[in-house]
Amino acid sequence: MDQPEQLLDVSIWREQNGEGHFERFQVPRRENQTILDIVAWVQHHADPTLSYRFACRVGMCGSCAMMVNGAPRWTCRTHVQKVVKDNRLEIAPLRNLPVIKDLAVDMDPFFDKWVAADAVFQPSKTRHDPMARIAPDDAMRITASEGIECINCAVCYAACDVVASNPEYLGPAALNRAWTLVNDSRDSGQDKRLHAVAQNGGCHNCHAQQGCAQYCPNELNPTASISGLKRVTAKSFFGRSE
Amino acid sequence: MLNLRLYMAQRLTALIMVPLVLGHLGVMIYAVQGGLSVAEILARTQGSLAWFLFYGTFVAAVAVHAAIGLRVIVFEVLGVKGMVLDLFAWAVFVILLGLGARAVWSVTFAGSFL
Repeated sequence: MDQPEQLLDVSIWREQNGEGHFERFQVPRRENQTILDIVAWVQHHADPTLSYRFACRVGMCGSCAMMVNGAPRWTCRTHVQKVVKDNRLEIAPLRNLPVIKDLAVDMDPFFDKWVAADAVFQPSKTRHDPMARIAPDDAMRITASEGIECINCAVCYAACDVVASNPEYLGPAALNRAWTLVNDSRDSGQDKRLHAVAQNGGCHNCHAQQGCAQYCPNELNPTASISGLKRVTAKSFFGRSE
Repeated sequence: MLNLRLYMAQRLTALIMVPLVLGHLGVMIYAVQGGLSVAEILARTQGSLAWFLFYGTFVAAVAVHAAIGLRVIVFEVLGVKGMVLDLFAWAVFVILLGLGARAVWSVTFAGSFL
């Protein structure tokens, strides 16, 4: 005789026009199942009006991050068995970002801060110049490599308590990107960038609690990058630059 | 809410306070171990430029360091910002500096304590 189907008790945040509440669904449990599978099942079988965001489903695009049982996760690569508690799941939109509808958040504030941190490559050469040769064992290249696998998922931004209490704070992702560019010897915008990350909402607001590093799905350490920015800006305070 | 200027002011005052805190702890332990009376302590501090500079620097560093630290806490926890936040930080600085300076002056050059 077949085993009875096991059902997961899933609470999903529903929000529209600024009003929200958790709605409970019973979702069949599968042997191999991700949080994104759960959300997709609800939309396909229980409520087609559920809004959420995803694209690649393989942990590359950074669009499916949500709060799962209170912690920010990339849902396409988060297995239910790893995060389920007492057969219950609570799925909510990413913390620290405004909700558009249900589980879809407005990412504009997140990306606006990348621009505010001047976390954009400023080339020092043109396409007519020979290609820059960067040795793989170059110290700056190694430092930059430690931070470049960011997929812009905003998990660190949602995990950061400083962002929660200080809306001006640029956040771990933008500052991590700025740090990788500080270590890019081809970049020509360092003075402007160091000035940008040293303003009121800049790197010096980080309390080094390391929530970003704990939850980054790609195991980056934005706290270390931010410490690097603090170090370089402190040296620039005395008129020295690295 | 910290920018580079406030961050550096707080870190540099912390740097200044490290040896002063250790020195202060050492002095306290020495005074207690030796059983020095208030009069004996004052006899050593009255007219002493060295003790004036030691505790004067300490007080100035504390006033800057604590004002910036409390400014961050008040901003992040209570959401105070703008001019009110700046006024709060300056008030903490002035109060701590005033109280500390009065105490340092009293035990060094004021001639009598209280």
